[in-house]
Amino acid sequence: MSAHYALKGRKIVLHDMTLRDGMHAKREQISIEQMVAIASALDEAGVAILQVTHGAGLGGNSVQHGRAPHSNEAYISAVSAKVKRAKISVLLLPGLGTMKELQSAYDCGARAVHCATHCTEADTARQHIAFARKLGMDTSGFLMMAHLNTPAGIVEQGKLMESYGANIVYVTDSAGYLLPEDVKARIAALRDALKPETEIGFHGHHNLGLGIANSLTAIEYGATRIDASLAGLGAGAGNAPLEVLVAVCDRMGIETGADLFQLMDAAEDLVVPMMDHIVRIDRSSLTLGFAGVYSTFLLHAKRASERFGVPARDILVELGRQKMIGGQEDMIEDTAMTMAKQRGLSGA
Amino acid sequence: MGRKIKCALIGSGNIGTDLIYKIQRSEVLEPVWMVGIDPASEGLARARDMGLKTTADGVDGLLPHVRADGVQIAFDATSAYVHAENSRKLNALGVMMIDLTPAAIGPLCVPPVNLRQHTQKLEMNVNMISCAGQATIPIVYAVSSVQSVDYAEIVASLASKSVGPGTRANLDEFTYTTSNAIVAVGGARQGKALAIINPAEPPMIMRNTIYCLTDDEPDIPRISESVRRMIGEVQKYVPGYRLVNGPIFDGKRVAVFMEVAGLGDYLPKYAGNLDIMTAAATRTAEMFAEEILSGAIQLKATEAV
Repeated sequence: MSAHYALKGRKIVLHDMTLRDGMHAKREQISIEQMVAIASALDEAGVAILQVTHGAGLGGNSVQHGRAPHSNEAYISAVSAKVKRAKISVLLLPGLGTMKELQSAYDCGARAVHCATHCTEADTARQHIAFARKLGMDTSGFLMMAHLNTPAGIVEQGKLMESYGANIVYVTDSAGYLLPEDVKARIAALRDALKPETEIGFHGHHNLGLGIANSLTAIEYGATRIDASLAGLGAGAGNAPLEVLVAVCDRMGIETGADLFQLMDAAEDLVVPMMDHIVRIDRSSLTLGFAGVYSTFLLHAKRASERFGVPARDILVELGRQKMIGGQEDMIEDTAMTMAKQRGLSGA
Repeated sequence: MGRKIKCALIGSGNIGTDLIYKIQRSEVLEPVWMVGIDPASEGLARARDMGLKTTADGVDGLLPHVRADGVQIAFDATSAYVHAENSRKLNALGVMMIDLTPAAIGPLCVPPVNLRQHTQKLEMNVNMISCAGQATIPIVYAVSSVQSVDYAEIVASLASKSVGPGTRANLDEFTYTTSNAIVAVGGARQGKALAIINPAEPPMIMRNTIYCLTDDEPDIPRISESVRRMIGEVQKYVPGYRLVNGPIFDGKRVAVFMEVAGLGDYLPKYAGNLDIMTAAATRTAEMFAEEILSGAIQLKATEAV
C-alpha cells in the first residue's frame, strides 16, 4: 500500500477544547483537579494550546450560561502553574466577556484568545482583538455559526478581524452543519484573501459525524490551526475527537507534534470516565447538525423539554427556524414555554 | 395650546432623527435645533425639512444661539467620549442635558423607577443608561421592590440592523453601564448584563430576558402583580413593551421574558431597543418640562468646572 498521501509534510497546530467546549458537555461542572490532570496529560502529549475557560468563555459564569464551581481565574491559574510547554488560551465573546476579564485572564497566565463573534458581527470584537494584541496574545478572530454566512461574507468578516489585529481567522462550525464542500469554500476563500502571514483555523462539531473529515478538508485548503477535544468532549455531539484526528494525521503524514498513544490514554482514562452522558450523535445532537442549531443549545433544550413537556427535537427545530444564535440560551426556555402554550400543555 | 420648552438634539444619526418625531408630538416639548458634525449628513437635511435649525459645527455651533432661541433642554445622542464636554458647555448656559450615551456622568434615569426624584433634585444632567437598561431595569425594580434581590442578570437580543457603529465599537461600555444600573437603579445587590446581536432576516424584534435571584423564596403572587403593574407603567410611553412569557419561578430564580417593538416613527418597528431609548428620553424631558412650565423648578446656569 502506498504511504504517500497528498498532505504529507503539512504542519498543523492543535488547539485543545476539552477544558472549554467540554465544559458545556459537563454543564460547567469540571473540578480544578480534573482540569489540571487533563491539562498535564495534554501538555505531556505535546498539544500546543489548551483552552481553559467556562464553556461560554470569560464572563460566562451566569444564570444564562450556568455557573462553574470556580472562577475562570482559578482554573487558568491552576492549569498554567502545572503545564510546562503548552500555551493556555481563553474564549472571549464580546457582549458577555470584557477587556477587564481578558486582562485578568492574562494576569493568571493566559497567552492566547479566541475572540468570538457571530459570523456576521466581526466589528463587535474590534476593541477586544486590539487589546489582546496589545497584551501580546496569540489572537484568533473566531467566526461562529459559519454556515450562516456565505464564503464571500466570511472573507469580508475575516478581513475585518485581520485588520483589527487577529493573527488567525477561524471558520467555526458551531452547529456542526457544514459539509466538507462548505468548509472547502470558506477556508479556500479566506486563504486566498487574507495576508499570507495570517493563519486560518477550523473549529468543528461532530453533529453530522464530520468532525474529522471537515478538519482534514480545512487542512487541505490551508488551515493550520485545528480545534479538537479528547474523546470529543464538547457541546452537541462534541468537537472533532482529538485522538482520532491525531491518528488520522499520523497516517497521512500531517505533523501535529502530538503523541497519539498518550492522547488515547488521556481520552480513555481521564475524559470518558467523567462524562455525564456519552457524547455522541443522538437524535437531538443530530438535529443540531441537520437544522443548523448552535451546539450548546442541546442540554438546555433537553432541560426545557423535561420541564415543559415539549420534545427537545421540536424545540431545536423551532430555534433553528427562528434563526437563534449563540448566546441566546434564554430563548430556549422562552420558546419551550410558547410552544407548550400553543400545544395546550400545562407546564407553562 | 400652551407654551412649550425648546429642545436641541445633538447627534444627527438614527436616534437624533427619531427623537424629532417623538418630541414634535409632545404637548410640552418643541425641537428647534439639531447639531451634527457633517454638513452632508442625511440627518441634518431631514431635520431642516422638518423645520429645525441645524449646524454642522458640533455643539460650538449651537452655543451662540442658545439664549436667543430659548433652548432649555438638550438631548445628547453622540458618544461617551464627547458627552462630558457637550454637557459642560450647555449646562454653563443653563441648558439641562439628557444623556443618551453611555457616559453616565449624571444620575441614571429609568422613568417609571426614579424620574420623579431627579426632577425634584433639579439634576442638570441625567443619563438614560442603555436600551437594555431601559427595557429590563423596570422589571428588576418591580421584583426588588417586593423582596430583596441578591443578583439580577439581563439578556438583551438586538437585531443586527438596529445596532449602530458606536455601540459595536464599545460593547464593553454597554456592559459596564448596564450592569452598574441594574444595581444602582434596579435595586439588586449585584448585576450582570449580556448583549447578543442577531442578524436574522427579517430582523428580530428586540427581546429581553430578566433573571432575578431573590434572597428568600419568591412571593409569587406579589411579584407577579408588581411585574404586571410595572409593565403597564412602561407601556404608557412604549406601547410595544410586551410580556411574552413569565414571570416563571424556579427555586429562588424569577425569570421574565419581554419583547419590545418600536413605534416605527423613523426607526423600524423591530428596533425596539432604539425606540425605548428615545421614548424614555422624551418622557424624561417631558417631566422636567412640566415642572419648568408650572414654575416648580427653574434651570440655572452652572459654574463651568
